[in-house]
Amino acid sequence: MTEKRSNYNNNLLTNVGNEELAIKRDKIEGIKRAWYKFSLNRMSIIGLATVLIVALLGIFEPLIAPYPAHVGPFVDFASACQIPSISHWMGTDNFGRDILSRTMFAFRGAFVMGFGVLLVVVPIGSILGLIAGYWKGKTISTFILRVTDIFLALPPLILALCVCAIMRPTLFNSMMAVTIAWWPWYTRLVYGMSTSISNELYVKSAELLGASKSHVLFKEILPNCLSPIFTKMTLDMGWVILTGASLSFVGLGEQPPTPALGTMVSDGAKYLPELWWISIFPALAIMIIVLGFNLMGDGVKDMFSSGEV
Amino acid sequence: MVNNILEVKGLKKYFPIYNAGGVKQKGVFVKAIDGIDLSIREGETFGLVGESGSGKSTTAYNIVGMYGVTEGKILFKGEDISIITNSRSLRLKKDIQIVFQDPGTTLNPQRSIRQILRLPLQIHGMLNKQNEEAQIIRLLNTVELSSDFLYKYPTMIGGGERQMVAIARAIATDPSLVVLDEPTSSLDVSIQAKIINMLLKLQKQHNLTYVFITHDLSLVRNFTTRVAIMYLGKIAEIAPTAQFFRVPKHPYTKMLLSSIPVISKMEEELKPKKIKSQGEIPSPVDVPPGCSFNTRCPMAYDKCYKVDPVMKEVEPDHMVRCHLFD
Amino acid sequence: MKDTVVEIRDLYVGFKTFKGYTKVLNGVDLSVNKGERISIVGETGCGKTTTVKAILQILAKQAKIEKGEILFKGKDLLKMTKNEIKPIRETGISMIFQDPVAALNPVFTIGQQLSVVIKYSRLKRTKGEEAQKELAIKALKETSLPDPKRLLNSYPFQLSGGMRQRVCIAMALATPRSLVIADEPTTNLDVTIQDQVLQILKQRVQDKGSSLILITHSLGVARETTDRIYVMYAGNMVEAASTSELFKNQYHPYTKGLISCIPKLSGGGIAEGIPGRIPNYLNPPYGCRYSTRCPKVMERCTKEKPEFKDVGNGHQVACFLY
Repeated sequence: MTEKRSNYNNNLLTNVGNEELAIKRDKIEGIKRAWYKFSLNRMSIIGLATVLIVALLGIFEPLIAPYPAHVGPFVDFASACQIPSISHWMGTDNFGRDILSRTMFAFRGAFVMGFGVLLVVVPIGSILGLIAGYWKGKTISTFILRVTDIFLALPPLILALCVCAIMRPTLFNSMMAVTIAWWPWYTRLVYGMSTSISNELYVKSAELLGASKSHVLFKEILPNCLSPIFTKMTLDMGWVILTGASLSFVGLGEQPPTPALGTMVSDGAKYLPELWWISIFPALAIMIIVLGFNLMGDGVKDMFSSGEV
Repeated sequence: MVNNILEVKGLKKYFPIYNAGGVKQKGVFVKAIDGIDLSIREGETFGLVGESGSGKSTTAYNIVGMYGVTEGKILFKGEDISIITNSRSLRLKKDIQIVFQDPGTTLNPQRSIRQILRLPLQIHGMLNKQNEEAQIIRLLNTVELSSDFLYKYPTMIGGGERQMVAIARAIATDPSLVVLDEPTSSLDVSIQAKIINMLLKLQKQHNLTYVFITHDLSLVRNFTTRVAIMYLGKIAEIAPTAQFFRVPKHPYTKMLLSSIPVISKMEEELKPKKIKSQGEIPSPVDVPPGCSFNTRCPMAYDKCYKVDPVMKEVEPDHMVRCHLFD
Repeated sequence: MKDTVVEIRDLYVGFKTFKGYTKVLNGVDLSVNKGERISIVGETGCGKTTTVKAILQILAKQAKIEKGEILFKGKDLLKMTKNEIKPIRETGISMIFQDPVAALNPVFTIGQQLSVVIKYSRLKRTKGEEAQKELAIKALKETSLPDPKRLLNSYPFQLSGGMRQRVCIAMALATPRSLVIADEPTTNLDVTIQDQVLQILKQRVQDKGSSLILITHSLGVARETTDRIYVMYAGNMVEAASTSELFKNQYHPYTKGLISCIPKLSGGGIAEGIPGRIPNYLNPPYGCRYSTRCPKVMERCTKEKPEFKDVGNGHQVACFLY
């Protein structure tokens, strides 16, 4: 194993009292290093840029959309079904609403779906995976794994359909449905990592020193699982958004007149192929978001890898 | 009167084997340790040598409790410690420490040196709350590392430095016994020299007892006070270091000594006559009957294939397990 | 003059990293004659693996060869195109890596991996599967591996470390090569197996008339296996001599320091080690790179880089003391 000893900083920090400076400097250094690793992938930069642009369009929609009123209940049959033109870059739909403005608004729902689901799914799934991996072979682990297996067998889309069919179709309910179906994937992922990391010498060292179980799980094992967790999260954003779009395509999720990407696609489907722009632009929007996140995935993976650069 | 700080009696550690389906195979075991007896005296550096598969690392792991005991007893300061770490008292964990072989995996790459060294102090209530950082820096200084290392991560420092941090972590709790499992095997010679000298200095300062496990016999010659050599889970010979090297008795000892690469003619003369290793090392699952060394021993005769020899004291403090000395 | 198989002249290699540009190799000179066995001895990070990877042109993509020549049988490898280098890798030079687990593909049998090597050697007598199999068995027999026929159908995980490394040696020597490079081939092996493997390597290389470059951090191993030793420090060759000559007389302070650190079988404790650390390649010391740790450092050492020159008796040193 050849290692290059990086002798950096030998002459810099000599004063003990500069603890805060040192922490700050090392943190900044850490961030710079992470960014460097991420940026080695040109595609990831493109992905990140795409995602950021889409996010900004969604956030600042009321300010930059050409026709912000078209997002709510608005009807103008005089300008309905207009082909893309200077005044309507993406044309108008059968109600006369500007598709560009509505698409920009729909981005919001997409991101809310993505973040909302993942912010719940990732912590719960990861913790369960950590526990199952560390106590592999014991009852608690077997129990968690079997429950995970059961939930893994449920197809997210069908489950979401059932949930939304039973309850009112809203964005929140569809998010809940996707959450229920999504968490086991993280348990599986972290379980695999936790099992192998639990056998590493540094974990054993902590145990031998007398560390508490929570310390071992959260401070020793978990930090080493972050790389695949974050990579998967990045890719999952795209998938969750796609699932959300699929749900709204069949009428679950955001209800009209609130624009949602899937709903817009399905609304325009009956006008294909003559009034192609009503479906195609929202569909392209979905594709671009998902692609953006997928491209970021490689960069995120590299960012967390502990390799030397 | 020198006390025995550690005593191992009839220790056996067998590992079950799982077949492809994940099911334990009945009656078949990897006999990692197959009955060993040791006494380690307070303040000495006890060397445990052997090649891979000899069981020396398993012995180390048994002493610190990473593995449970299949049979036999381990006594530490008179107390029976033949239990695994999870069941051990905090006091015991404070008193026995281990430094592992691979500096690459012995420190968590996601934690800074400061966090790594703080852990043992915090667990055993030895943290000086007012001045934590100074305390940790003092710890770093005892292994001759500067305060610059506090906020670095293991991936940023070299293998030798990582081992020094591992040593600092081990002595942080002021233990009585430190097990050193091949601490310098993967390090360069000049770093090794530095670490060994540091270990000697620490031993004097803190009155430590070392169990030093290695396959490097030249190192053993210069660092230990007594040596035991293991082969396939059993001890072949134990003697004070100088005697072990001057008058080795067991054929395996002689074989090992004769194959050390040395760098001067003078050292060549000190080696026993070259004994070529014949045959392969048998698998620890399938140990041959009789003496386990009979597949490679140039002096094996018919008794060696039938009866397993027992440990005998052939000279004061010098024990051998071989039919040649029956 | 004996004909030279490999000659490295004034090689400078650097790497682009996050922190900046590291200047690793700082003007390396090396020469290996036909049938000669040399070793490069140095500590971790001194650049020995970088040097041999430069010969085979398998450096990482962040590497940059700034200057210098690597002559293989008179032709400069650095000026060759990919197509010109390919035949050299197939028939001229072979390499044995440190970790046999990483070097052997776990999903192919030994036989399959050996036959790839043999097929690409394009030897006239190895056309056809039977002939290849014969040659593979012969190669395995030469490294004292038991039951070669059964080995051909085994997978790497079924073998022990020593056996795997012997398989790697067999692969490297299956077909005639002008040069064999072995990068710390026995570091992960037990002492008795190490002894066995090195003897086999030495013998086979001699039988085939190939040259050997052995990389190791153990002077003891170098002494037992090779005829000439190059000592390397921080990207420079600091001393080179025939084995017997080097252990009789060391000129460079680093070599002297290194030898004093080695634990001796005669006892007597170990020296304190060499003070200081290896230099930072981002900002290496000006002049002689050992100047920051040398007990005999002079003013001149920090200003000029010493030349690696002959001081008589085939002994070369790079030090201003001479």
